[in-house]
Amino acid sequence: MSTNMTIHLRYWRQTSPTARGYFENRTISTVNEHMSFLEMLDVLNEELQLDGAEPLEFDYDCREGICGSCNLVINGQAHGPKKGTACCQLHMRNYSDGDHITIEPPRASAFPVIKDLVVDRSAFDRIIEAGGYVSVKTGSAQEANAIPIQKNDADQAFDYAACIGCGACVAACPNASASLFTSAKISHLSHLPQGNVERSNRVVAMVEQMQEEGFGDCSNFGECEAVCPKEISIAAIADTRRDYVRAVIQG
Amino acid sequence: MISLDAKIPDGPLEKKWSRHKKEMKLVAPNNRRKYEIIIVGTGLAGGAAAASMAEMGYKVKSFCIQDSARRAHSIAAQGGINASKNYPNDGDSVWRLFYDTIKGGDYRSREANVYRLAEVSNNIIDQAVAQGVPFAREYSGLLANRSFGGAQVSRTFYARGQTGQQLLLGAYQAMMRQVELGGIKYYTRHEMLEVVIIDGKARGIITRDLVTGEICQHEADAVILATGGYGNVFYLSTNAKNSNVTAAWRAHKKGALFANPSFVQVHPTCIPVSGDYQSKLTLMSESLRNDGRVWVPRKKGDDRHPNDIPEDERLYYLEEKYPSFGNLVPRDVASRNAKLVCDKGLGIGKTGLAVYLDFRDAIARDGKDMISAKYGNLFDMYANIAGEDPYTRPMRIFPAVHYTMGGLWVDYNLMTNIPGLFAAGEANFSDHGANRLGASALMQGLSDGYFVLPSTIGNYLADVKPGTRYGTDHEAFDTAAKKAQEAIDRLLNINGKRTIIDFHRTLGRIVWDKIGISRTKEGLEGAISDIRSLREEFWTNVYVPGEKNNYNKYLEFAGRVADFFELAELMAMDALDRAESCGCHLREEFQTEEGEAIRNDKDYSYVSAWEFKDRNGVLEEALHKEELNFEFVELKQRSYK
Repeated sequence: MSTNMTIHLRYWRQTSPTARGYFENRTISTVNEHMSFLEMLDVLNEELQLDGAEPLEFDYDCREGICGSCNLVINGQAHGPKKGTACCQLHMRNYSDGDHITIEPPRASAFPVIKDLVVDRSAFDRIIEAGGYVSVKTGSAQEANAIPIQKNDADQAFDYAACIGCGACVAACPNASASLFTSAKISHLSHLPQGNVERSNRVVAMVEQMQEEGFGDCSNFGECEAVCPKEISIAAIADTRRDYVRAVIQG
Repeated sequence: MISLDAKIPDGPLEKKWSRHKKEMKLVAPNNRRKYEIIIVGTGLAGGAAAASMAEMGYKVKSFCIQDSARRAHSIAAQGGINASKNYPNDGDSVWRLFYDTIKGGDYRSREANVYRLAEVSNNIIDQAVAQGVPFAREYSGLLANRSFGGAQVSRTFYARGQTGQQLLLGAYQAMMRQVELGGIKYYTRHEMLEVVIIDGKARGIITRDLVTGEICQHEADAVILATGGYGNVFYLSTNAKNSNVTAAWRAHKKGALFANPSFVQVHPTCIPVSGDYQSKLTLMSESLRNDGRVWVPRKKGDDRHPNDIPEDERLYYLEEKYPSFGNLVPRDVASRNAKLVCDKGLGIGKTGLAVYLDFRDAIARDGKDMISAKYGNLFDMYANIAGEDPYTRPMRIFPAVHYTMGGLWVDYNLMTNIPGLFAAGEANFSDHGANRLGASALMQGLSDGYFVLPSTIGNYLADVKPGTRYGTDHEAFDTAAKKAQEAIDRLLNINGKRTIIDFHRTLGRIVWDKIGISRTKEGLEGAISDIRSLREEFWTNVYVPGEKNNYNKYLEFAGRVADFFELAELMAMDALDRAESCGCHLREEFQTEEGEAIRNDKDYSYVSAWEFKDRNGVLEEALHKEELNFEFVELKQRSYK
């Protein structure tokens, strides 16, 4: 039988994209170790509403670590302290009675705040739009087994394709770079023969779109890999750089 | 007069779809750009339809409630996708996939629809591979298959435990390509609140911009709803938090029939509820039942550590009751029996609402390494959520609502009874009958989106004069927009004392207890009166915080919960009407002494299609019946003894 914990929260409040934000403090004493981090925020929101205050806005959907909606920065760490875990899968048993927790939105000019902890990540969609696909129309596919793909290549492609597009990599990067997100898609597709055809165009278009969106450059801090809930390897960024240089030189 | 003509093409089963494709009208390529199509929802069905139709040259407007199309709940599907490729050479065929699906659905779906699904299943795999979906492969470099959900053949394609994610990203990327090319206008964080009908035809929708609160009007030549299922009526389910019935329900209130609302699938292997704060349930792949043994203590209230309970004091209830299938009985049978033992007071843990899934014997037999290689990620997931080590202590599991087979009634062309309004994926009722087989939800969503709708939409549009525009200043748009705004204002003005989540949780408990795994006449009648009185309280005592002209998640929830209240009553009415047990619908009055379902094909071999009349304290709906005719399969009682 678990007992209740008291947690001292400090969270970001911002009423609109243009408003000035501030931190608000509140202590809740009904936290249970089995709660997920987001369930703890649900409890906070019930308390706020019963007090006639506005609930805290944050993004979430699947709550099983796969949709990529949640993206809280917890005590300065994207998705909080647990390695390879999105914050919806972080449980309060990772905290102790009396802990202080600060919750912020990811800070990046390419991710403007909409309200409180909710940010606009449409820049990620536009990076995919620029080339994160294979240009195959419905109906024009050949037989699925026509091209064998080495198991190793398929497995590596999967490792990169596992990206959930949450933006933790951007939040963690001192330059607010989207290099890991962008490179994960580039590496996923370039490991497969289907994606290889458009490899050069893709890398140039996606990297340039990333820059246009206002994300910074990669300086090899490696913070992105450390916080990635899917533990995507920073090797993707090296692949992208090589491909980009090759594509630009070859024109 | 409502017509329930399913428009199934004549001829032999295996020729129906190809013949229909040959006979359907076409829209010429240079005319396609003159048509606008609205697609609501960007999951497998909506995303695939949007990409495919834009590729064909139609002007598509795509809407989703999330911040990106890639977040749609299809992303969470774990297990895999069926296709009748027969790569393993184990005797699979289009016929066999068709037969398994119609039998699995307990003969409450249309033969023609299900056959088409099995037929196009292979095209889906081709398409996904061409898009770069990284399916699992053998060392030969060819695609791998596994057996899933008790199927006798290995026909399931998979991408680790993230098949839904990879297929969705394939559709999403194809969509984004069309956004870039200008074929799709893309609206994120927009919620559909009304369908606009002009001269009897669907001509547009009203949405709310969830960031600014603005009510927007969108006109089109056809509207497709691909808005998913309604499992969140139970409050706790494996659905994503934002999954809802609102788009489908608002269409229903405008005249679209809602079919088989009581057909809801409960998945047997989920992590049990730990407390009131619980916001959702997490599913673990049912492949765990291949090696885990399900049991409860024989003695009530036995609170010893499970490992201290000796063999002869354990009740392996599935193995005892179903010696030939044992722990591998279908989802509905496993779920029902878990509830039965818990109802008898044998459930474990502090809630008494859980049973053990024990890997002790499998680990002793195969070694920890082998079990870890098979299920490592699932064991880790369990340990993370439950805080217990499943290698040394049996898992605690309990059933949870997972998928809704019911949905908007559609004909063979996936069109509702409102001309120009289509429904696809989980939002329609079409292919799974009273129970869905594992790995066939992804198949149906993509079949509808990639291959069925792109053909059938042309057949409809060919009769619509290109370029017909009424303009969004038409009074139908005005009336619908006012209605949407009034509903929002009404909610914000109640200013009551109970929170939305509190109401939703209470509603969910009623629905779970009385319209859940097993149902009785008495229970259903009780549910209807409980739902009505709670709904009445909702409309006088709910507290909806915040403002309408800003991002306001709880305002979104309030509208969705209001719709769930009405749907819940219809589910009870439907379950009450169906005085038989079939698939996931078990009426306790209709079972054998041993607790096996008794289906009644003579009286209930129909699709119930409900027509909304009014809601004035009481939900008024008229029942229409689409009789199901089985020409090609023989109806058999399922038995897993």
